[in-house]
Amino acid sequence: MRMTAPRRTLLGSAAILAVSALALTGCSGGGAGDDTAQGGDGPEIVVWTDAEREQAIGDAAKAFEEETGATVRLVQKNFEDLRNDFIAQVPTGEGPDITVGAHDWLGALVAAGVVDTIDLGDTASKFEPVALEAMTYDGQLYALPYSLETVALVQNTALVGAEAPATWDDMIQRGLASGAERPFVINTAGETGDGYTMYGLQTSFGAPVFVQDASGSYTSEVGMGGAAGENFAKWLSTNGQAGYLSTTIDYDINNELFASGKAPYTVQGPWAISSFDGIDVAVNPLPSAGGETAAPFVGVQGFYLSAQSKNALLATEFLVNYLGTEDAQRALYEADPRIPAYTSLGQEVASDPIIAGFLASAQNGVPMPSIPEMGSVWDLWNAAEAQIIAGAEPVSTWNQMITDLQSTLAG
Amino acid sequence: MSVTPLVAPPGAAPTAPAPLPAPRRESHARSFRGIGVGFLVKLVIMAVVNAFGILTILTAVGAESWLLASITGILLIVADVVYFTRRALPLKYLLPGLIFLFAFQVFIFGYTAYIAFTNYGTGHAGSQSQAVDATLIQGERRVDDSATYPMAVVERLGTYGLAIADDDVVRVGTPDEPLTTVDGEIGASGAPTEVSGWTVVPRAEVLTDPAVQEAAAALRVPLSDDPNDGALRTRDGSTATVYTSTLVWDEQAQTITDTTTGTVYTATDRGTFTSADGQSLPTGWFVNVGFENFLRVFTDGALLQPLLSVTGWTFAFAILSVVISFGLGLLFAMIFNDPRVRARKFLRTLFILPYAFPAFMSALLFRGMFNSEFGVINDVFFFGLPINWLGDPVLAKLAVLWVNVWLSYPYWFLVCTGALQALPSDTLEAAQLDGAGRWRSFRSIVLPLLLVSTAPLAISSFAFSFNNFTVIYMFNNGGPAIPGAPYALGSTDILISAIYDISGVSGGAADYGLASALSIVVFVVVGVISAIAFRQTRKLEEFA
Repeated sequence: MRMTAPRRTLLGSAAILAVSALALTGCSGGGAGDDTAQGGDGPEIVVWTDAEREQAIGDAAKAFEEETGATVRLVQKNFEDLRNDFIAQVPTGEGPDITVGAHDWLGALVAAGVVDTIDLGDTASKFEPVALEAMTYDGQLYALPYSLETVALVQNTALVGAEAPATWDDMIQRGLASGAERPFVINTAGETGDGYTMYGLQTSFGAPVFVQDASGSYTSEVGMGGAAGENFAKWLSTNGQAGYLSTTIDYDINNELFASGKAPYTVQGPWAISSFDGIDVAVNPLPSAGGETAAPFVGVQGFYLSAQSKNALLATEFLVNYLGTEDAQRALYEADPRIPAYTSLGQEVASDPIIAGFLASAQNGVPMPSIPEMGSVWDLWNAAEAQIIAGAEPVSTWNQMITDLQSTLAG
Repeated sequence: MSVTPLVAPPGAAPTAPAPLPAPRRESHARSFRGIGVGFLVKLVIMAVVNAFGILTILTAVGAESWLLASITGILLIVADVVYFTRRALPLKYLLPGLIFLFAFQVFIFGYTAYIAFTNYGTGHAGSQSQAVDATLIQGERRVDDSATYPMAVVERLGTYGLAIADDDVVRVGTPDEPLTTVDGEIGASGAPTEVSGWTVVPRAEVLTDPAVQEAAAALRVPLSDDPNDGALRTRDGSTATVYTSTLVWDEQAQTITDTTTGTVYTATDRGTFTSADGQSLPTGWFVNVGFENFLRVFTDGALLQPLLSVTGWTFAFAILSVVISFGLGLLFAMIFNDPRVRARKFLRTLFILPYAFPAFMSALLFRGMFNSEFGVINDVFFFGLPINWLGDPVLAKLAVLWVNVWLSYPYWFLVCTGALQALPSDTLEAAQLDGAGRWRSFRSIVLPLLLVSTAPLAISSFAFSFNNFTVIYMFNNGGPAIPGAPYALGSTDILISAIYDISGVSGGAADYGLASALSIVVFVVVGVISAIAFRQTRKLEEFA
């Protein structure tokens, strides 16, 4: 057979394919071997986490692995995907045993039936009460909390000093007196609206999003209607006309304006402090705009336990006796600094005035409602606020939103 | 290839040469004249494919996923047959594409259709037994003043029990026998190490053996004969506490009863446990709801009005996007086709650049540029006028249309450049000789010939713009909200982003059944339009 050039290249590629086929057989054989080795080695608990916390959880896991002989497998995912994936995968039996998550997912997770209760026993007294309260649904604790987060008033000490303004009007006066381009800036997510960041100012009018019952848990009754809500709407409209609130400001523009000194006051959370590197900031609780205490939303992060976990005892052991210890909580804090929910650790890190400021703001705050109805509220609420700030008639727009909300929740 | 005879007698039709004898259908084995390289390559590739296929089948069987195993088996057999038979030549080219079409389109569509007839979503995520399990978990509460007892799991004749150390006294019980005191030894850790009449299961075994762990987690040892005293259970394998269960599941009657209040929750056919006065337990399961999801949109009065305007805008957006970007692309193609234009190569590259940018990145950047106070566009092109691009309904529509045209015209530019160069120049010359002006020759010759090749592209471009969620969502999240519209529908919302809001997927209280049903309705609309349009393009083929 004459070997022409095309034939040679064909034979060459045939040879490459043969080698790859052999390599694949080898790989599959190795894979099967791994599986059997895994099965006999010991039980495995799967923990879903995001990039920031993976390292810290891994360190706590090492001690656990040595003592019990079990393995802890960490799966890294995007934080935003965790909730929906957890709800979708746990019922199929392929879900993880533990996942990290935010407390406002709790309503949806309970409605989906995918989380198990957790018994902290004596360890419960070591955590902040508001953190435990946030992770409780209908009297049962569903997660091990480990951090708190909230927004607070961040101010540029070079322009306005470190003293907290007493009220909203006081703050605007100081802002105008400082000579900066605008006295105050707040993120409204552009045209979309951001009810989360505005919430502290809304509660200072006495208009909470849902009514809380005697034990502090949220009912599904909308609480931001009535005269209190209308006052807040009128306040939004007045300040929108004056230019202190504007729908041209989104998250990045807000941080940019504050960091470049064009605005001395803003409302932000601890996640944004790193963008304010070039200036000296002081953090204080939010000033009241309507007379009552400004109570911003407090978010709690923690670890949930799957209801379909095949290693329930092991996973609970890992959570309560390893992740719930001070060392593991400190490692989590160091990996991703947030206000710790572990009381003694919180007192330790409160020596940093910025953290102390956020902690003071959190102590005034209320947990974000975790009831399932909360998910239906955001779109309409944000849109109404953005429309009022942009110039729509405040009272009718706000009342229309309340009516729409009530019919959505009822239907 | 036509056969022209060398000598054609006038008036006689050209005769075709005598047909060659049809090749006999010989098998490879019989016609074996040494291994051809082509056959070798095919053999090796099919070996690799079969290796993958068998690996998949074996893994699927091991994981007891019968559907996957059988589908893979069928596809493998089909592939082997198609590639080793002498016939079915077109199928040899089409098969990989058909397999991917089946896996990524047909299967997905079938699954979406299945979900559309159920109420799968938040609150209806699992099966009924999972909902019952979850509800019972929620109803099992720790007794407030219960002490925590160090414990050990014990076993006798295949039954598991719990042994606790209660102040130097060892007590043991099983789910059927309440706690009784027995003789035993308590070890250094505080947990019982020996219990008379029972074998103590070491804690390591409890944690590492899956069967023992499951049994231990499920143990509920009653404290006494009175069920109201509660039962002991272990959560971590080393301590036990007393829990009471307030909810009782009755499988025969399909009810869950709350023992503290006496309320009886019955399983409804909507997938929830509901009491007589309308209270529901939070966890439900997904059930078949028939055509309800499809009808919901048409029966909700307040939704219909904004939905109609959203539909109108969707059609306008899709049609205008295609027409304007096609026109723009054609214009640039014709300009750059003219040899009198200098630096054509450089200018062409510059004009094609928007094609290289990802859609969502461009949409976000334009969102920043159109900002009425800080945006570049108002600063540079409108002398600082605060034109509210993102907040005014009409301006927002214009802005998002601009962004979509900016992203799409380079595609048409490329297509038209190629198509223009393929036009027959003799036809155009003939038209010029006949006295046709520029516009006339464009309208009657260039455009129809161009449409023959680009009409199908226009139809697929229309379908793509109809469902262009990325640009709409990233640019302005559906646009300034229409005042008073339910679900905060906006002025630049198209059907697909409206579905995202309506079905609650954006807020987290997702109803996937509703979302699937609405997506299928949109698919039917787009599909019908595309099918009709494709039929019309057949008329254009007469020109080819």
